[in-house]
Amino acid sequence: MDTMRDRFAPVVSRLLDEDARVALVLAEIGAAAFTEAQARHPDRVINVGIREQLLVGAGAGLALTGMRPVLHTFASFLVERPFEQVKLDLGHQDVGAVLVSAAASFDWPAGGYTHMAPGDVALLDTLDGWTVHVPGHPDEAETLLRHAVAAGDDKVYVRLSAQSNAEGLAVDGARFRTVREGRSGVVIAVGTMLDAVLAATEGLDVTVLYATTVRPFDTAALRRATEAAGTDVVLVEPYLAGTSTAVVNDALADVPHRVLGLGVGRRELRKYGEVHEHIAAHGLDAQTLRERIPGFVA
Amino acid sequence: MTTIAAAHGRAYGYGYGYGYGYGELSGLMGLMTGDEKHGPAATSTLDVLWVLYDRVLRVGPDRMSDPGRDRFLLSKGHGPMAYYAVLAAKGFLPVDLLPGFGSYDSPLGHHPDRVLVPGAEIGSGSLGHGLPIAVGTALGLRAQGLGGPAVWVLTGDAELDEGSNHEAIAFAGPAGLDRLHTVVVDNSSASHARPGGIAARFEAAGWSTATVDGRDHEALYAAFTTPHPGRPHVVVARVEPKTD
Repeated sequence: MDTMRDRFAPVVSRLLDEDARVALVLAEIGAAAFTEAQARHPDRVINVGIREQLLVGAGAGLALTGMRPVLHTFASFLVERPFEQVKLDLGHQDVGAVLVSAAASFDWPAGGYTHMAPGDVALLDTLDGWTVHVPGHPDEAETLLRHAVAAGDDKVYVRLSAQSNAEGLAVDGARFRTVREGRSGVVIAVGTMLDAVLAATEGLDVTVLYATTVRPFDTAALRRATEAAGTDVVLVEPYLAGTSTAVVNDALADVPHRVLGLGVGRRELRKYGEVHEHIAAHGLDAQTLRERIPGFVA
Repeated sequence: MTTIAAAHGRAYGYGYGYGYGYGELSGLMGLMTGDEKHGPAATSTLDVLWVLYDRVLRVGPDRMSDPGRDRFLLSKGHGPMAYYAVLAAKGFLPVDLLPGFGSYDSPLGHHPDRVLVPGAEIGSGSLGHGLPIAVGTALGLRAQGLGGPAVWVLTGDAELDEGSNHEAIAFAGPAGLDRLHTVVVDNSSASHARPGGIAARFEAAGWSTATVDGRDHEALYAAFTTPHPGRPHVVVARVEPKTD
């Protein structure tokens, strides 16, 4: 199966063909996949070299002239390293951009902690007005990339991952999907966590919501789910554990509720190896979830 | 109630600010600071700003939505009184806003906010953001076939300590962004610097460079209008060393 990132270049190349407002800014990473697009659109496919502050600043400048910039590199270097540029050059300047990251929380474990960004969504949560898409499958990534670029001058983050669920679902760039209905708790599976959550909750009497757009958070879907399934809520997120716990608390502020936030641990593991080993180390494999979820909602 | 600004407007014989000359800038700054006289540190950018807005930039209050206008990006957002005075003198903002400088409801903060200040192309304050944004602005204009507008960014010499500037400088030269211009107001405020170091760094990245007396209007004008085909252009405007 191809990866979300394999879809990124073809989708954005088509968008460059279709819409003269679209400009792509790269910082070396991913540039090889855009050779043809760059030949067709030499002024709108821009590789600034290994310069991530310039990546975001130049994106803001493009937006100030009325263009729709798409900025891409690994999440560590897109959100964390130039975070002040994200805050000021986009937010404070009141312009938009589409930030598309790769490598996610630990897509390249052998690359070590320098290439892991479990805190990206939490960091963006300190800022106002960001839409955050977390696709769980290459098909969903394609849909959400198109939504992101088409979203006027909004600030949009699309978090691509080498990990994937087996099947893509229809996503609309806004709402959660109800994947399973039960009466004893709500489990919200975000992006690539869905398959493990479905396996872990097999036979349990819980509602499973599938979230691929987490900001804004589909509060209405959560409230509806709690009507039948009660207000014990488990979040399973492929980034920093608890990132959305506060959002869930706010959504249920007027009713008694409990929230368990599962995700990537804060502690640096200092381990290399394979993705599945890191999933297990953070307790996000189906077997461990099978132990943690029933213990909370029961 | 007669405001200080209104009194000044009458004294100078102008209403909104159109027609103010260089000689009135100190008085306009006085509306913000309450001082009649301003030391060099407060006005290090004043002559550069005046020559740009008076003779170089193709901008105006009626052109702020014109895609073909020149873009001036004040990256050194500290000490913006000279900037606000020039914007007021050129009619971008009403003179009677100046006395409110820094107050809660004033659009004029101690660092400018583009959302609030008529005529400001960017908000600044945190150093090292203007030049990368200017690179993107030049790229955006080029991508839209707008070869006419010039992009100008003003930085301080100490502001160039920020590494983000060097990402922009090193990219813009090889990228041939010949509509991009930087003016560095050099008041020797960087703690660690070498003589000639500023121009040398731009030159090494392929920029056209000029170093002039930042108080000499004719020299500034000549440096600002020097042809620089195929290359971005930097003007280092040297003024008195910062003393406070």
